[in-house]
This record gives sequence, C-alpha cells and structure tokens, in this order.
Amino acid sequence: MLNRYPLWKYLLILIVLLAGVVYSLPNLYPEDPAVQISSAQGDTTLDDAQLERVQQTLRDAGIGIKAVERDEASVLIRLDDPDYQLRARDLLTERLGNDFVVALNLAESTPTWLQSLAASPMTLGLDLRGGVHFLLEVDMDAAVTQRLEVNASAMREQLRSERIRYRGTDIDGRTLTITFAGDEDRDTARRLISREFRDFDYASEQEGRASLLVMTLTDQAVNEIQDYAINQNLTTLRNRVDELGVAEPLVQRQGPDRIVVELPGVQDTVAAKRVVGATANLEFRLEARPDTPDIETESFAFRNNPNRTADLMRDVIITGDSVSSASRSFDENGRPQVNINLDGTGGTLMNRATRTNIGRNMAVLFIEHKTRDRVVMEDGEEITVREPYTERGLISLATIQSALGNSFRITGLDSPTEAGELALLLRSGSLAAPIYFVQERTIGPSLGAENIARGVMSVQIGLLLVVLFMLIRYKVFGIFANLALALNLTLLIAAMSLLGATLTLPGIAGIVLTLGMAVDANVLIFERIREELRNGLSIQQAIHAGYERAFSSIVDANITTLLVAVILFSIGTGPVKGFAVTLSLGIITSLFTALLVTRSMVNLVYGGKPVKKLWI
Amino acid sequence: MKTLVNRQFDFMGKRRIAFAISAVLLVVSIVSLLLQQLNLGLDFTGGTLVEVRYAVAPSLDAVRQILEAAEFRDVSVQTFGASTEVLIRLQQAFDPEVGDRVIELLRAEGEAVELVRAEFVGAQVGEQLRDQSGLGLLVALGVVMLYVAFRFQYKFAIGAVLALFHDVLIVVGIFSLFQFDFDLTVMAALLAVIGYSLNDTIVVYDRIRETIRTSRIDDMPAIFNEAINLTLSRTLATSGTTLLVLMALLLLGGDMIHHFSIALILGVVVGTFSSIYVAAALLLAVKLERKDLIPPKKEEHEEEEQLP
Repeated sequence: MLNRYPLWKYLLILIVLLAGVVYSLPNLYPEDPAVQISSAQGDTTLDDAQLERVQQTLRDAGIGIKAVERDEASVLIRLDDPDYQLRARDLLTERLGNDFVVALNLAESTPTWLQSLAASPMTLGLDLRGGVHFLLEVDMDAAVTQRLEVNASAMREQLRSERIRYRGTDIDGRTLTITFAGDEDRDTARRLISREFRDFDYASEQEGRASLLVMTLTDQAVNEIQDYAINQNLTTLRNRVDELGVAEPLVQRQGPDRIVVELPGVQDTVAAKRVVGATANLEFRLEARPDTPDIETESFAFRNNPNRTADLMRDVIITGDSVSSASRSFDENGRPQVNINLDGTGGTLMNRATRTNIGRNMAVLFIEHKTRDRVVMEDGEEITVREPYTERGLISLATIQSALGNSFRITGLDSPTEAGELALLLRSGSLAAPIYFVQERTIGPSLGAENIARGVMSVQIGLLLVVLFMLIRYKVFGIFANLALALNLTLLIAAMSLLGATLTLPGIAGIVLTLGMAVDANVLIFERIREELRNGLSIQQAIHAGYERAFSSIVDANITTLLVAVILFSIGTGPVKGFAVTLSLGIITSLFTALLVTRSMVNLVYGGKPVKKLWI
Repeated sequence: MKTLVNRQFDFMGKRRIAFAISAVLLVVSIVSLLLQQLNLGLDFTGGTLVEVRYAVAPSLDAVRQILEAAEFRDVSVQTFGASTEVLIRLQQAFDPEVGDRVIELLRAEGEAVELVRAEFVGAQVGEQLRDQSGLGLLVALGVVMLYVAFRFQYKFAIGAVLALFHDVLIVVGIFSLFQFDFDLTVMAALLAVIGYSLNDTIVVYDRIRETIRTSRIDDMPAIFNEAINLTLSRTLATSGTTLLVLMALLLLGGDMIHHFSIALILGVVVGTFSSIYVAAALLLAVKLERKDLIPPKKEEHEEEEQLP
C-alpha cells in the first residue's frame, strides 16, 4: 500500500530523535569557573593529604569551593566566583611548586545521569564564550645561542676534516670563540671559516700563548635568527594546538618576542599548557670511545637513574627536527615506546653515522628547557625572578646492531602519557627557541555580550519568519516541515555536542545554511506534490511521486555540498575546519529529517486513508 | 503563487542581457580587486593590542562604541581575567602613541582608567592557513566537477564550477569595491555561499536533465525554460526563506555579523541568478544536446532489437 511505513521505521526514527534530545540537553547547563591540577609528568595526581592541604589553602584565603573532582590524571576544583579564579591559581601554584601544573579551566556542569551517558555540552568558541589566554615569551638569547652551537659544531667538523688542530670552542652571548695553539693554524682556519660562514664579524686576538679567533654575529644576522625563531615557534604552536584537537584556537604574535595562545573553554587546560609550553627535543649521539679526547665529549646522567652517567660525543647525529612522523605504541613487554620515522636527510645522516659504527652505543638524549620561579627579597620587596634552566637526560643507550635507516623506535620512557606527549611533540615540530609562560588569564568573549544577544535574537526572529512562511504557504505540510526543522536543530546540536565540536560565529553560518537547505528539501518535495496533483494524480499517488521524484534532486544537491564540506575539513585548519564540521553534520541531519521524518509524519496522518483534500 | 506557475517566463530568450550583466559585474570585481584589493580585517592583518585597567567594571559595548566613534576600525573588546581589566584589539598599525590615544578617548567619559600596556599583534590567520584554504577550495571545486560529470555529464560540470567562480568572485569583488571589512566571518560566509550556490545549481540541473529525458522536442532553449519555470516557485520559496533569515541577521544582528550577513545576502542573490543564467545558460553555450544525456548506445541497442 502507498505511503505506509513499517513499524520498525517509526521506531528507528523515534530512537534517533530521543537520542538527539538527550545528547543536546547538556547545553542547557552553564559552566563553572575552575582550576585544574595535575603533575608535571602527566601521570600521577595529588594524594589525599595534598588534596586536603590544597582545600585548606583555598578556605584560608576565603575562596569558596563548589566541588572537588578527581580522576586518574588530574584534580578539578570548581569555584563559586569567577573573580577568585586567578587568585586560587596563584595560591596553588605557590603551594604545590614545580612538580604540579595548575591551570585555569571552565568546567561543564552536566548532571551525573547525563554524564554517565557520555553526554557533554558543545564548546562555545573564543568569539562567543571566551576561554583561557596564555601569553608566552620566546627566549631570544637562547635562539642565538642555539644557532651558535650549531655553527660551532659545523666549524669543528670542518677544522677536523682539514686537519687543523684547535683547543676548544666557547660561546658567550652572540660571540663564538675558537682557541688555537698558534697564529698559523688560526689564520688558516679564519680563511676557511670566513668563506663558509658570512653572518659573522671576524677578529683575531691573542690571549697569553693561545691564539683566538673571535666571531661575532652581525646585527642583521641576529635579527634574522630572531625573526626565524618567532615565526618557527608560531607555526609549531599552531601545529601543536591542532594536534591537541582543540577546535578554533587563536595563535597570534604579540610584540617583538611574544606569542598569544587562546583556547576556548571546557577542556583539559593542564594538558594544553604542558604541551604548548613543552620545549622537549631529542638528540641522537654516539657514546664516546674511551680514547676520545675530553674536549669532544660531554657527560650526562640517565633520566630515570641520576646516579648512572655516560660519556657522549659532543657532535649530534640528528635532532628531533628530522622526525617526519612519530607515534606511541607498546613493546613486547607492554612498556611504552615511540616509533619514529625520519625525513630523507635525517635518514641519510643516521645511516651514515650508524653504518661505520656498528657495535658502538648510541644514546638518545632528552632535552627540556624549563623555568622555575624564585621569590627573592630585594630592597625589602618580594620579587619573583624567573630562572630558565635546561634539563638534559639520557632516555636510552643501546648498541647499534646494524645500520639504521629511516625508521626505528625509542624505548626507556617512564609512562604511556609521557610516550604519547613525546610523540606529539616530535610530530608537531620542535620549537626554534625555548618559550616561557608569562601570563595566564581567562578571557571574555571577543564578541560583546550585547552583540551575541542581538545575534541570537536575530537568528530566532529569522527562524520564526521561516516557520510562519512555511505555515502560510504549505498549511498542514508546513506544520510537518516546521516540526522537522525543530528536530533537525536538536539533532545538529546533539551531534556537535557528541563530537565535541566548537560553536563559533562561522559555525552559526553553517547552521543557518543547513537550516536553509533543510527547508529547501521540504520545499522541493511539497512543490513536486502540488505539481503532481495539478497533473491529475490521485492524492496518495501524488504524495508518493512527490517524494520519489524530488529524491534525486535532494540527494545530488546535498552530496555535492557534503563533498565540499569534507574536503574543506580534511585540508583546512582552524575556522575553516569548524565551519566544515557544522556544515557536514547539518547536511546529514537535514537529509534525515527532510526525507525520513516528514515522510513518516505524512504517512501517519494521510497514509492508507481515503483523503478528500490535501492541505498543501 | 498559482498564477506564477501557469505563466511561462522566457528565461533563455533574455540570456544575452544576463550575460552582459554578469560580464559587467565580473569586470568591475576584477578591476576593483586589482586596483584596491580587499580591505582585510584584524584577523588577517594584525594590529595593536591595548590592555587597560578600570577602577570600576565598565560596559564593554560602551568602550567599543567610544573607540569606533573615534578613528578606530575593527575593534574587539574583551574582559581579561577580572571584570575591571579590558583587552582591546584594534586594526591600527602599531605606534607607541596608540595606547595613549585610547586612554585619552576612554578618559573623556570621566572614567578612572589606566594603561597597562600597548603592543602590536600579528595576524590571527597565518600564511599557512591562507594557502591551505586556497588549496582546499581548488581541490573541492575539482572534486565537485568530477562528481557532477559522473552524475550528469561533463558539460554540466563546467557550468557548475564556472557558476561557483562567478558567485565567489562577484561577492569578493563587491566587498573590494565598497571596501567592506573582510574578516574571518566573511570568509565563512563565502564558504556558505559556495554551498548554497552549488545546491541551487544542482536542483536546476536535475530538473533540466529530467525535462530533456521526458520531452519530445529538441528545442533546448524551450526545454530549459520549461525546467526553470517548473523549479521557479521552489527557487523563490527557498531563496525567500533564506533571505528572510539573513535580513533578520542584517537588520537586528548587530555590528559583528553585519558584514557576514551582507556577504551571505549577496551570495544568495548572485547564486540564485547564476544557477539560471550562468550554470544553465552556459549549457546552451557549450551546445548541450539530448544525446549527451541519453547515450546513443541505447538507441543502437533498440535498433538491433527491431531488426529481426
């Protein structure tokens, strides 16, 4: 019989709609201001005694605690009043020291029964809701020092290959000094080096019996290095934030040497802070032979056992910059490891170094630039001094069994979390220069409250006009279409919440467009039914034919648009991606509501019954 | 509405006038883009950031209005940490006096306010994002062409993609001509325009294909007219409802979505026009024939059957 659906279809539609309502519910609950605490390594959390002390600290300061939640990785403390959030963060940072990371957060307040269904609200973007603002400073001096170290390494290599003997190299500020035994060696070296390295001003000096070659970076070279450092860091931070899966972040240069990172609310800000600020890099070096001269070696301790040390060559085979991809996995014994693939040059260098050194040990050195805050008394005032320091530790020391190529693995990591974050850091690129957190604040929406209110109201009025238009033009069928429109909106919000998508103003554009297209699908069908009625078909046949014939138009139109959305998602970044997500989800929900839901309503009302007149 | 359906508009007969209109708009757009480019917003250019501290929490909208009433463009005002601290981003090339000028303007209202710092900020949209988005659009257009060529025929694919180019270029051109702010929201609107215009074009194409298959005449302009007239009430209803929403956004939505709604309104109007006069009319220009849609192979097959 025409226009009848089997029972299972009605049930299916009902289940989907019910799920839609449930998963869109969390958006009705507002967020709480909160601080989030987790250990600097990312794998342990506060114990009971520490947690009690933390709460006592806040109570003493008169900060109202709304709730405390704890999971394996972190502790979340919800506060009564957003104005105390900063104060609470500062107090706790001071109290807990460097072993823990304390970050601002906006925590969802979804009721437990919804949480147990894995329902959570969608994130509102920086423009609509605001978020957390980090100001980072790039250590420009370190950028210069790093460049000098690379240059020194290359110069030593050149001197050795030309068989010119030198006593040592020394870096001070923007000056690199090489010490020679005599003037003759120094002058030959100067001729050689100055041909290759043009960024320096050269000077020959005498110190006691030693001859020095003093090379100072030109101002122009320093500017170039600093520009490169900040741009490289911007790119790396953008990659890292994208890797974190935070939708719609803002990464922006501010002033000559600072970078702003803003992340929308409701997310794991501690993890974000750890990954954004991490300056970890790897170096692969050979272990020194017992007979290697001391000036060519350096001694390092193991990360997990500070009493054990090893002597390594000063020369670096490759650094983390040569890594093209990295992923976390587990070895045969279930210990975390990181699988690494090198790029072409990295692979060649690695192969060349390992081929001739089979049987020697190769070390993986983990380097991290950190800061610690120290309060000192100066002129009777307390000032916080930030001291940068570098931690270098061996992760592993293993015998080279055969020549290595482009891919290998690193073992000896402490925890899966650490392996995961190391892989992420290697993937998203290392920073050209260390960065330090200067400031951390919550930030209000970049669109003013009044603007948002007006925007929301205008969308509502627009939708109301559409509803009225559909009612007047299609009468009873207009009611069907409007119900479908409401359900479509609910489903779209539910889908976005489930996927953790971020809603921004461009996202609202996507929603308006998909609502337009959802109405369009119904308009196409209803117009077609009218047309078939005019062509003299019976009412039941006209309904059937209307849906049947409009089907190809609707599907073709929606699939082409969906293709565009999917491609924009896979290639685009940031706001383009957010728009694409909203649009794709919207197309799928509107296909469902326009084709299945309105049809089921039409079938329920008219299907299989003698109908005299169709109110369309 | 019923009268509309019965009357047949001769769309294709007026296609030369429409081509002329399109050509003029395209030339104006291209010339304007070449001569005065786009007026890129804060998101793309960067500008100046000013942090100020009030004694009492101010109204952010008032702050925004004061600054916009003065010389500044593209102002974003946010609370920063506490409700008394305010972060202002301006699309104003940084110079050391900007901070003082802002403070002066804000003090003119008699408020107690002090400057914390003023610094330049870089663009929010990196070059990487810009390049990737451009590449993304090209790939997307390529895939759309393939899909339309597969579902319809390659001549349709050419028409659809040219119509998209036409729409995007004209919207961008008008933004350049009137020097409207082009920011990230406008870019999102452009993406939406592509979606809308494509949707509209495919609906018209689908009806043209159906009419070619069912009609017995070979007069393509007449077939096209019939198809477009049949979809006309749908086209008007859909564009109408979408425009209703957009007009509400434009008139009531406030400053921030002003340019966003303008871009979408332009896009919907141009997109509707182009589905008929660019996408469809181009099919006449590339000489679409019945056999493009009904493969001759089938006819041979029928002949073979008739032989014995």
